[in-house]
Amino acid sequence: MSIKLMMDGKEISVDEDATLLEAARENGIDIPTICFHEATTPNALCRICVVEVEGQRVLQPACIVKAANQMKVQTRSERVVRARKTILEMLASTMDLSDAPEVLTMMDEYGADASRFPDAHRRESQVKDDNPMYVRDYSKCLLCWRCVQVCADDAQYTYAINFDGRGYETQIGTFFERTIPETTCVLCGQCVGVCPTGALKVKREYLLEQGMTPDQISVLSMGRKKRKA
Amino acid sequence: MIKPDHVTTTTCPYCGVGCTLQLHVKDDFIYKVTSPFDSPVNHGNLCVKGRFGYDFVYHPKRVTKPMIRKTKQEAGKRTQAFDLSEWREVTWDEALDYVADNLVRIYQRDGSDAMAVYCCAKATNEDNYLLQKMYRALFRTNNIDHCTRLCHAGSVVALQQAVGSSAMSNTASQVIQNDVFIVTGSNTTENHPIISLQMKDAVEKHGAKMIVVDPRRIELVDFAEMWLPLKPGTNVPVFSAMAHVIVKENLVNHEFIANRTEGFQEFIESLEKFTPEYAEEISGVPAEDIRKAARLYAKAKNAAIYWGMGISQLSHGTASALALIHLAFLTGHIGRDGTGLNPLRGQNNVQGASDMGAMPFHYPGYMRVDDPTNRAKWEKTWNIAEGGLSLKLGLTTTEILTHAHEGGIRALYIMGENPMMSEPNLNETRKHMSQLEFLVAQDIFINESGAFADVFLPATPFAEKDGTFSNTDRRVQRVRAAHPPRGQSRPDWQIICDLARRIESRLGVASAFWDYSNPEQILREMASVNEDYAGITYERIDKIGLIYPVPHMEHHGTPTLFTESFPRGRGKFHPLDYVPVMEEADDEFPFILTTGRVLEHWHGGTMTRNSSLNEAYPEARVEIHPADAEIHGIRNGGPVMVQSRRGMVILRATVTEKTSVGVVFIPFHFAEAAANLLTNDALDPQAKIPEFKACAVQVFPARDGDLPNPEAVVERGRY
Repeated sequence: MSIKLMMDGKEISVDEDATLLEAARENGIDIPTICFHEATTPNALCRICVVEVEGQRVLQPACIVKAANQMKVQTRSERVVRARKTILEMLASTMDLSDAPEVLTMMDEYGADASRFPDAHRRESQVKDDNPMYVRDYSKCLLCWRCVQVCADDAQYTYAINFDGRGYETQIGTFFERTIPETTCVLCGQCVGVCPTGALKVKREYLLEQGMTPDQISVLSMGRKKRKA
Repeated sequence: MIKPDHVTTTTCPYCGVGCTLQLHVKDDFIYKVTSPFDSPVNHGNLCVKGRFGYDFVYHPKRVTKPMIRKTKQEAGKRTQAFDLSEWREVTWDEALDYVADNLVRIYQRDGSDAMAVYCCAKATNEDNYLLQKMYRALFRTNNIDHCTRLCHAGSVVALQQAVGSSAMSNTASQVIQNDVFIVTGSNTTENHPIISLQMKDAVEKHGAKMIVVDPRRIELVDFAEMWLPLKPGTNVPVFSAMAHVIVKENLVNHEFIANRTEGFQEFIESLEKFTPEYAEEISGVPAEDIRKAARLYAKAKNAAIYWGMGISQLSHGTASALALIHLAFLTGHIGRDGTGLNPLRGQNNVQGASDMGAMPFHYPGYMRVDDPTNRAKWEKTWNIAEGGLSLKLGLTTTEILTHAHEGGIRALYIMGENPMMSEPNLNETRKHMSQLEFLVAQDIFINESGAFADVFLPATPFAEKDGTFSNTDRRVQRVRAAHPPRGQSRPDWQIICDLARRIESRLGVASAFWDYSNPEQILREMASVNEDYAGITYERIDKIGLIYPVPHMEHHGTPTLFTESFPRGRGKFHPLDYVPVMEEADDEFPFILTTGRVLEHWHGGTMTRNSSLNEAYPEARVEIHPADAEIHGIRNGGPVMVQSRRGMVILRATVTEKTSVGVVFIPFHFAEAAANLLTNDALDPQAKIPEFKACAVQVFPARDGDLPNPEAVVERGRY
């Protein structure tokens, strides 16, 4: 069954199960997303997709809120824009967005000022290079949860990683801080495939960025664990 | 952040699932692989091989120049040359003239029966079509086979006998439409990783019930409703006992049996002896579990069976597969969406290579070579005078090597395969290889087989050529070059065409046509005779492929087969007897060895052992049950000698309940501890598939110093 609602002053009609995000996208209305991914269960973590719904006290995350009959939604009200801009500014103040071109574009679009919170405590950590396939740089992690989800029931059913720590100290980690090969990880890299910020990166790409040449990289895989003739 | 010069969409070169890959290329170097989330088969998911296992393309040991052995090799004294110093770099002209001269010399001296070729389930449809064409059209022989013989030959023969078609009846993605499904002889998690994800989805998100029938406690058991741990090689009694229960408890689909099958009466008489108690005695599976599994499967609305090598790689592999087929016939769980008989094909293009006629009994499209009507069609296509092609059935993979002697096979051409790793009883294989008079290797590395060759023709891997692969559920998909061939290497199809022209000019025969300007012309030539592919063009399969049969240009493919009838008409029941494995455990060799694969590696290891995958999994391990380990003084990680009547290997032990008491498991990827030194070369009489899944061995503790590579060890926490 389809329902009718008003979005940005326009009457639109969608399936009753549709979220506000789906309703918007079906009707050519752009709502930005960061943590949302078509292949993972939406969790409304980053809040960049918030919209203003008439009669609701707080802004509503469009990725999980279902469209309802006669709902009146503003996707770009002043309040919405201010919220998104602040979210982006807070992200930029605490993490390294250099590998997140989509977020950087969003910052331009919303006029977000990366230095608005100069005293913010930045999350910084060492690059974790503990397996042959990918590296983890949690300085670039915005905690979207996609990697945890695809490692779990959204794809791989492997459960090698999860949230670690509490509050501001929260990070993605392995159980008991084990190295990746010691965990249940099967090195499928579904996590790398959904990472929006380059926090998870294919090791070969990482080595290229570090200035190694393809030939140098190719010799690497030969070096260790040589087979006996 | 690296910006790619371009991103090439192609199909994964590893297993039969056929995942879509996007190769991100910078300066002719693939630095990253992604997969689109709307990809038809894998929905953006990949496994470790598909996502990270492409670096063999750039491995320093890859051979990219044609080479001829410095020391002339003689039959009986042929040796292996792994080191480049034993080879002389030559031009393509010299290499191909050398091959043409020698092949034509042997052919003109000894005739068609002296010639044989191994096609390649890793290569494209186009490559395989051309290589079988070269041997059939120019050397008039059907001694053409590939590793399908070592893989699903038992399933293929059984399906041909019972239904008349040998591919999966349904697509793998339909597993979420199953209410109940059986997985047997397949460690799907490691061998078809993406299909295992769909199986887990079926259970976790769609309410399906999974029954695992396998001697090993594979990872899927964690998600299963039931696990039936049978002894290796006891499939026939277990599945026949399930059939027995289905018949005795009147759970049969009478309408289906009456309308769609034949031979039912005779079959149920043969079932009398297969009581669950009899099966329990042989297989070790409790009779009550067999009953319960039979009821689950039979009473389901939609049920399907997925199987792997644990069914086919036995000296009674054909019978094992027939026992599964009977379950579908009895219950009618075939011919509808969400049902089916689904042998999970191993290689990326084993389905395609078989479709292309890379087999000793069939032209492309499974047209028997001993039928003159079929012969006439191909004679016309290949510009050959009537009666020119051979009606004689060719030798199979294993037979080709056992016939390598004076008066038998003298010249062998190997494209991409590695029989020195994949054949059973490798010490014998070694003797046979050394008996060849002339051996050509067309490959990307000097592997254990290519090392025996006289000449090495450097081909390109998947990332440097165009063509098509046909995946396990019959989806024909594009393969696209990401960058030019490295060094002087050339795509297989171009090598074959160039060589074929040189052979033709030496033979002085009319040309069968080799002047293709692109691989699609090759596919279209094949499709002009093979009706299954008639409606396939590169344009039509550009985005998501097409599932054959595609009988014409407006047809959209056939995901579900046998909806109305079977290709042979009625499905045929085949009464079965229980035949034990050829070599049972005894006092001297008290363990049954079963072999298989691991997630990180691929078959003979030509690709994966020359890749960072080898860092993730650097050594062979033998899995042994804790109870057995204790008795034999074997500790986890400790060195072990495993010995059979045919050979011996030394490797580390993994002490685990993943394997059953009395059964040990070794993956067959590792040359330095090759499981196939131990395996039995007994063959299934119909399918000629060897008994890789069961032979008798003994285990002894060894010393660290005895290990072939003691420093290679990585402790992993994965299942």
